[in-house]
Amino acid sequence: MAKDAIEIFIENLKKLPLLFKQSLIRHDKPTSDRAKSQTVFSNIFLHIHSTRVHRYTLKPTFTFGLGIMAASSFMILCITGVILMVYYKPSVALAYDSIKDIQFIVPGGKFIRNLHRLATNIMIISVMLHMGRVFYTAAYKGERAFNWVLGVGLYIVTILLSFTGYLLPWDQLAYWAVTIGANIAASPREITDALGITSLFDIGGLTRTMILGSESIGQEALTRFYFIHIMVLPILLILLLSPHLWRVRKDGGLAKPENITEEDLVNTPKDSYSDKVFINAAPEKTYNLMCMVKGTSPAVGKGPENTVSSWPYLFTAEVGIFIFTLAICCLYALFVDAPLKEMANPMVPENPAKAPWYFLGVQELVSYSAFMGGVGIPTIVLIGLGLVPYLDREKQQLGRWFDDETGLLVATKSAIFSAVTCIGTLIFLVAFGWLRNWFPHIPQLIIIVLNPGTVLLTAVILWSIHIMKTFQSTRLAAISLFTCFIVFFLILTYFAVYHRGPNWAFYWWPSMWPIH
Amino acid sequence: MSSITTNEKVSRRDFLSIGAIVGAISAFALSIFGLMKFPMPGLFPDVSSIFKIGKVEDFPVDSSKIISDRNVMVSRDAEGIYAISLVCTHLGCIVAPSESGYKCPCHGSVYDVLGNVLGGPAPKGLNWFEVSLSPTGKLLVDASKTVKAGTKFAV
Repeated sequence: MAKDAIEIFIENLKKLPLLFKQSLIRHDKPTSDRAKSQTVFSNIFLHIHSTRVHRYTLKPTFTFGLGIMAASSFMILCITGVILMVYYKPSVALAYDSIKDIQFIVPGGKFIRNLHRLATNIMIISVMLHMGRVFYTAAYKGERAFNWVLGVGLYIVTILLSFTGYLLPWDQLAYWAVTIGANIAASPREITDALGITSLFDIGGLTRTMILGSESIGQEALTRFYFIHIMVLPILLILLLSPHLWRVRKDGGLAKPENITEEDLVNTPKDSYSDKVFINAAPEKTYNLMCMVKGTSPAVGKGPENTVSSWPYLFTAEVGIFIFTLAICCLYALFVDAPLKEMANPMVPENPAKAPWYFLGVQELVSYSAFMGGVGIPTIVLIGLGLVPYLDREKQQLGRWFDDETGLLVATKSAIFSAVTCIGTLIFLVAFGWLRNWFPHIPQLIIIVLNPGTVLLTAVILWSIHIMKTFQSTRLAAISLFTCFIVFFLILTYFAVYHRGPNWAFYWWPSMWPIH
Repeated sequence: MSSITTNEKVSRRDFLSIGAIVGAISAFALSIFGLMKFPMPGLFPDVSSIFKIGKVEDFPVDSSKIISDRNVMVSRDAEGIYAISLVCTHLGCIVAPSESGYKCPCHGSVYDVLGNVLGGPAPKGLNWFEVSLSPTGKLLVDASKTVKAGTKFAV
């Protein structure tokens, strides 16, 4: 006899939690290899990972988890940013007071704002270090070339996010940093002025008007910076980040060497399939081939040799890095407060008016020549970075830091060369001044072409050509160039943070600044 | 039966498809080009660039006065009245008067009392603005009109 409909209904009602769980998670608990694979590829958020991951890529000293750290800090920034938007008012009259409210009145407001600022720092540092890791392990080569370009794009968007963020508090730092930034955008005027064609073709002025929506910084500029910061750039970042991650998967996971030894795999996780080598993977495979991938990944032609299941090994590592990042931010946010200076005053600039530390290297270059330091050299460096994988196409072992002893030697030599050149140039500059101090009437065009920034740039280009000739290798030339730029960035940043005081004059230490 | 010849290089179907794609792309590109004008303000929201600074008697010979809300230094000597902008030509900070002229706090540009560059990264001297006399007897400065350095308004 058929069951009564009421009984069936009550039975369904009783089984509701189970039925709902079965409809949500459509596989067994991830205890078997099959269920572990299903966990990964049946979940939209996890399926960008492969079901099994090579043990080498889980080595902590290979990646240091820097890419995940950058993505984690972006997540923290999105969440804290949305929370800050509850109280922030993007209006010239109200912006400063609303930030003050967040800092001093809103419960937990100070903590969230501190968190937002610290996560910015972590994001910028981890993006830079991640780029360094990818570069020194040669992970930009071959089919990964365009992914490197995407990475350079992500770096630019990260920097722009930070820059647009700091007009929003409308304090003195915000106002003068953006004044300087907008005038850097207008600095091609130096060239057009020198050629006497500004009245016909004022590309610099046009760009500045486009950014500020006006001739000076006011409500129009604040509105523009606000929506670019909270909407345009985050969307752009996600649009770039998605293919960036997707392509890592399509290229068969992280770049790794072909001659991996047991020594390389010490302290990496292992499971029952790690040691198996299949000539024909089909009969025993524990997963389906979900798509075609390029390169010599574990999924092409071989069985899952030296791989482990992504669940749980890869995901524990990722969650671990996320928690680590959050923990650093929270800890610092408890003790270090985000600065808030006096309300913006268009008549009195800060003295010295210093940007956040990650812009100070560029600010030092800008103090030589606005156009060359603010537009010319950064553009050359960024284009150069983007072109690296296209100009250096040498076939080589991927996935080892500095490749081998020669790579490490060239990197060390280049670090010493660039440190000596940079410190030497700065000492010369402080002791003797530059062209304008000796010849006050010198044409600006000569200073644009010949200033400490261009001298350093020329020096490293000649150095890396020398390395290319000596070692007959484009990869080693790229290593030397990249190392030199890192060292320049570090030294110029350090110099501008500690040795530049009021009127951008040289001081041995901030405690020696004149009191005024 | 069919009168359609098949020896054409591009078939009619392809021609129409290509035509449609080219039309769509060029319409899209042109509309983007048109939209580029959108962020350029048709009218600047700033306050007027022309402002009154007072009567001639307010500026005795060999004196100078900073109009702080306009970032302009107005001076008068035997030859006349002149207005020098205090906005640094390097990156737009406000220069401060010093013993020898002006100094910029942001990147250390140095100017003499007449705004000529003495040192630092400034690409050119401080701007000189046009000074004129309104019919009501008040002096006017027009910050949108720069004049050659050394141009003084004789009174």
